[in-house]
Amino acid sequence: MKIILNKVKLINPDQNLDETNDVLIENGIIKKIGNITKDDFEKAEVFEFDGKICVPGLFDMHVHFCEPGREDTETVITGSNAAANGGFTGVACMPNTNPTIDSAEVVNFIKKKAEKHLVDVHPIGAVSKDRKGEHLAPIAELVTAGAVAFSDDGVAVKTASLLRNALEYLKMYDLPIIEHCEDVSMAGGAMNEGSVSTLLGLPAIPTVAEDLTVIRDIAVADYVGGSIHIAHISSKKAVQAVREAKAKGIKVTSEVTPHHFLLTDESLDSYDSNYKMNPPLRTEEDVQAMIEGLKDGTIDCIASDHAPHSIEEKEAEFIYAPNGILGLETQLGLALSELVHKNHLTINQLVEKLSINPRKILNLPIPQIKVGEIANLTIIDPDEVWTVDIKKFYSKSKNSPFDKRLLTGKSVAVINKSKMFMDGTFKEI
Amino acid sequence: MSLNIKHLLGLQDVSKNDIQLILDTATTFREVLDRPIKKVPTLKGTTIVNLFYENSTRTRLSFELAEKRLSADTLNFSTSNSSAKKGETFKDTVRNIEAMKIDMIVVRHESAGVPLYLTKISKASIINAGDGRHEHPTQALLDMYSIKERLGKLQGLKVCIVGDISHSRVALSNIFGLKTMGAKVSLCAPPTMLPKNIEQFGVKIYHDINKAVAENDVLNVLRIQLERDAGTTIPSLREYHNYFGVTAEVIEKKIIKIF
Repeated sequence: MKIILNKVKLINPDQNLDETNDVLIENGIIKKIGNITKDDFEKAEVFEFDGKICVPGLFDMHVHFCEPGREDTETVITGSNAAANGGFTGVACMPNTNPTIDSAEVVNFIKKKAEKHLVDVHPIGAVSKDRKGEHLAPIAELVTAGAVAFSDDGVAVKTASLLRNALEYLKMYDLPIIEHCEDVSMAGGAMNEGSVSTLLGLPAIPTVAEDLTVIRDIAVADYVGGSIHIAHISSKKAVQAVREAKAKGIKVTSEVTPHHFLLTDESLDSYDSNYKMNPPLRTEEDVQAMIEGLKDGTIDCIASDHAPHSIEEKEAEFIYAPNGILGLETQLGLALSELVHKNHLTINQLVEKLSINPRKILNLPIPQIKVGEIANLTIIDPDEVWTVDIKKFYSKSKNSPFDKRLLTGKSVAVINKSKMFMDGTFKEI
Repeated sequence: MSLNIKHLLGLQDVSKNDIQLILDTATTFREVLDRPIKKVPTLKGTTIVNLFYENSTRTRLSFELAEKRLSADTLNFSTSNSSAKKGETFKDTVRNIEAMKIDMIVVRHESAGVPLYLTKISKASIINAGDGRHEHPTQALLDMYSIKERLGKLQGLKVCIVGDISHSRVALSNIFGLKTMGAKVSLCAPPTMLPKNIEQFGVKIYHDINKAVAENDVLNVLRIQLERDAGTTIPSLREYHNYFGVTAEVIEKKIIKIF
């Protein structure tokens, strides 16, 4: 089958591409860019994408798909549907499932579930067996099965000694450890520690809990020469630590979530558990540091930490409600509205942070917009104004603080694996 | 005159007029307790649920007694388990109670924010009987009532709250209420017992109990919550007692100074 993306602006910073052209895709392969004949137009389905932007398919390197274990909140398929609806053609899913992604069987199970879906789902293996921080997970077996990185996400790798060994072992594969940075002795609070937590009377987590682990991890990565990726960075001092480590040539990268570059702990004054996450929402000063970090490249990627939870769980009393919010279906709109339209990042920089850099960190090939390549693309309307409606989410859960928020910019279509998702339907192309 | 608030969630946003009205009404009600039949019909026909999710003796008994003396019908629901542990959500529990046509809920809960949450899921008036380490407005009102009863005023008084402020729900309510009523509020505790940025409320901090006694008109002494973080915020009760204990000796110095 042939389709034509007509008059679309092609942007791929990885190949210095920035031009408006027509693209002919046949059976999922890019056949022509420009020089499309009248005959092609007659035989193809033509999509008028004047004013739209076509970029290498977006990639979210931090999602929780809850399968196996909590299929009532999300499955590999519903999570992948949410990803496609949010403009993503690839994701990496965290191993805090039940059972944990700490065996080839679980990696294979997830990959099998995602096999026929448009979205590429890459499992992240646990660093330690059952994420308990005691014994190394079978890292080689997990890599062979297809794990693209390792993490005990939900918690940091328990000890410096285990982290050191995992980093040493991973040198065989040049894959990173993704760290949820939180000192366990200071963990356990329900929000950020500061003026607001004192006013609200909630137990709190100080920023130093994050900073300490970021600093520990950088020191261990430096000593070993391994790669560390700091997940959902949220504290100003942690960003500064990463900045300094990068300047010294230490192999450290980082990601930030939209809620951490956008919201502050002031949002918690309603005790709405849709604002409860870990790391917690910090202060305005931290938010500004996230934006600075994105601008100067200290923060390499934007990732959602898509964390589905049931309504029943989120409606619990605040201190008992679980941490985390959905992100896949609001991420692109929030990033465009808050970063691009407010002139913090260019579209090119945004594409780096939402498509190129996450794949580089995970050693995955970067989709090229070239004749002969597989079409792995996201088509974005940067100016479409829309209102978030959780009822329309493809995710199985609804826990988002962004419901009813007005955003500018969204994904129009995604193409990958000879499939296209547009206007709410998947089809073979 | 009537109250401007439908709920009593905390004293943070309660006006001076409302606090004054509550204290004045309490003063008239105080007289009822001297009668042979300690009962008035004020709340006749009103159904009040005492929803206690945390252990409490004094507060629960006080509320129940007050409700009965005001002729309200009372229901007591006490549990130390969260609804979640029973496999029923808090919201479901409240909706069930709500269906029984109740007028007011008095709630005590380990989680801050529960009284505010109740206002969103119930039509009843909500009274906070203590939420997490957030507020305990009725205790603070009682403290203010007692101060006023003894000293005749609140305006211009210097009140120092002594003890484990971090874990206290009474401290914040007292700070807000007393400041609204024109008192000056200070705190006396080791830094480990003060929550982050507590100075934001315009309170003076003491680490010397003798100085706190010397410079204040009233001490409001909190209990040390030994059941929480014992041994990590203070080295021992003995050391706390030696440095922050409000002993007869500490008080006597002040009394000698006055007379």
